[in-house]
Amino acid sequence: MVTGKGGTGKTTVAAALALALADAGRRTLLVEVEGRQGIAPLFETEALPYEERRVAVGPAGGEVYALAIDAEQALLDYLQMFYRLGSAGRMLRRAGAIDFATTIAPGLRDVLLTGKACEAVRRRGKDGAFVYDAVVMDAPPTGRITRFLNVNDEVAGLARVGPVHNQAQAVMRVIKSPETAVHLVCLLEEMPVQETVDGVAELREAGLPVGSVLVNMVRPTLLTPDEYTAAERDRAGVAKALAGAGLGGARRGGRAERLVAPLLAEAAEHTQRIAMEAELRQELAGLELPTRELQTLPEGVDLAGLYTLAGRLRKQGVAG
Amino acid sequence: MSPRTTTTDGPGTAPGLDAAPGLDSSPVLEVDPLLDDPETRIVVCCGSGGVGKTTTAAALGVRAAERGRRVVVLTIDPARRLAQSMGLTELDNTPRRVPGVDESKGGELHAMMLDMKRTFDEIVEAHADPERAKAILENPFYASLSAGFAGTQEYMAMEKLGQLRAREEWDLIVVDTPPSRSALDFLDAPSRLGSFLDGRLIRLLAAPAKAGGRAGMRFVNLGMAGLSLVTGTLGKLLGTGLLRDVQTFVAAMDTMFGGFRTRADATYRLLQARGTAFVVVAAPERDALREAAYFVERLAADDMPLAGMVLNRVHGTAAGELSAERALAAAEVLSDPAEPSSPERLAAGLLRLHAERMRLLARERRTRDRFAALHPEVLVAEVPALPGDVHDLDGLRAIGGRLADQPAGSEAQPAAADAGSSPCP
Repeated sequence: MVTGKGGTGKTTVAAALALALADAGRRTLLVEVEGRQGIAPLFETEALPYEERRVAVGPAGGEVYALAIDAEQALLDYLQMFYRLGSAGRMLRRAGAIDFATTIAPGLRDVLLTGKACEAVRRRGKDGAFVYDAVVMDAPPTGRITRFLNVNDEVAGLARVGPVHNQAQAVMRVIKSPETAVHLVCLLEEMPVQETVDGVAELREAGLPVGSVLVNMVRPTLLTPDEYTAAERDRAGVAKALAGAGLGGARRGGRAERLVAPLLAEAAEHTQRIAMEAELRQELAGLELPTRELQTLPEGVDLAGLYTLAGRLRKQGVAG
Repeated sequence: MSPRTTTTDGPGTAPGLDAAPGLDSSPVLEVDPLLDDPETRIVVCCGSGGVGKTTTAAALGVRAAERGRRVVVLTIDPARRLAQSMGLTELDNTPRRVPGVDESKGGELHAMMLDMKRTFDEIVEAHADPERAKAILENPFYASLSAGFAGTQEYMAMEKLGQLRAREEWDLIVVDTPPSRSALDFLDAPSRLGSFLDGRLIRLLAAPAKAGGRAGMRFVNLGMAGLSLVTGTLGKLLGTGLLRDVQTFVAAMDTMFGGFRTRADATYRLLQARGTAFVVVAAPERDALREAAYFVERLAADDMPLAGMVLNRVHGTAAGELSAERALAAAEVLSDPAEPSSPERLAAGLLRLHAERMRLLARERRTRDRFAALHPEVLVAEVPALPGDVHDLDGLRAIGGRLADQPAGSEAQPAAADAGSSPCP
């Protein structure tokens, strides 16, 4: 389960993780549940249907499949599977019951989404082996994740008997087992770190398995705070050096000299950011979770970038 | 209430795809005229998550209040971020006055955070007799529905907005929209919940309790066999206990059905009315601007009045004439033989940092240009990137100031943007 605050690159990291886990002939399934179609553009494919489709190949014959789970379709599937409700399913749809069940009914939507993912986790091929070595879900954001994963408990309590009750309990067993891990994607910025810390506390309180923190879009330290201080102290020396590199005159009013102040202003912002990031790293360390960092890709994430991120995750021991 | 438009005559104003117009050719969203206009009664901030939507809403609220308007900011936010930035420790379902706001011009700032369940409870209490209200509030299905499943939050936000507006206590209501899973759920939710609550299915569910009353007749096309098949199926699926809870709930809510729909429609019309201004909040990043473009299109399709876009976290530099390539080349020359901590080495570090900044600016410019090409009519106000987050009223005030103080014309080009020269500690 990959969660994270909006804007942290949760979908990208989930995709990279699915790719990282798909090495050495392993097969992974990447699942999307929020109807955003965020996965398809990452893999440069058409919008995903409600159907498992191969979207990428990993190194040494690995494969990534992707699926956009549609709650309404999942419910009809489910009715068909358990009740063979062909015509009644259509009637339910006509009566608005499907719409009701998937958009409004307490948590049923979330039960269907997690239920479908659990089905993929447990599915075995003819040879008795698991069809997917790993299922990666691009899950709802941090603020909603505990409720999303715990909804089965809630529904099991609400629907006290019956198949929905049983289904909810079965899903909950998978989610709370050591087979599941919730990974939190985070940026080195205040709000995302705060939400991550809160999210981990909530997950732990609910007895849900927390995996790791994935710090995304980490920017490189191009100038240390000490170097900044030194440069600030020796403006004339810096001006001379700039002039030496052919950037104009170093004297007062010269082109190189006029560059010093704006460059130092940029460096000051950079230094301030590094100090803040150090504090935030400290805060994340307090969670006592494995933490992995992904350096930012200067040109944004395209398909090649996705493979790069997957490679970095693998290097940090993700594929294990 | 249309905000004044300033068209700038930068060098990039020539239309055409080759010379894609830069943001300097986008018309500027002037925030002060919008906030000052007594006809502006509601400002709705919408946008994807993580672009500073809540902060923008709060900053607009502070600015409007300090310019003399009685303002209430309504936020829907589990992280209680607005509470923190406004120095409030408690933010509940009633508007609280925000201390520390300059009220010398006769304005005031109030803030409240939506308590979804409380809002739902209040509707029930206001529209049902005490006994019926008690039956509803104690129903387990209700407890679950009101505590925040899909759609409820959006519906309650709109409900609260309608309530605040009806009280006529404030000159201006600033709304921070819920972090919806899809962009404009809050526009759809009222009608969806409304149509659910007074819709066909729920009457169908209620029908057995009413023994084929008028509601049941609506389903005459399904036939009575179909009716019992549907409820029978749902009963099998959900368990009869839950179905019974739902049916009791529906029966108890029966008196309120018409109300929900009417109110949802009224709120929707309120959003379309003169006096409402939508502000799309974004950052100059690909995903955020793609989402923003979607918002703009969706608002237009629903006839919702768009005031413009607030573009947060725009970077700048005061050394725009030094290109990334030139800076990197110079850094190469300098770092070659230089010893650590020599001025040459330091200068090389500064140049690399600058090159990174220039690349970032180029990337931001590309995404902004793309948006401007698709939606040249959208007015834009930029807010320079800040190194840290906003924690207090001063920070909000500063953002409000930056929002209102847009560089005119060609100054918006990175070479002259002022973020780089902003005071640094």
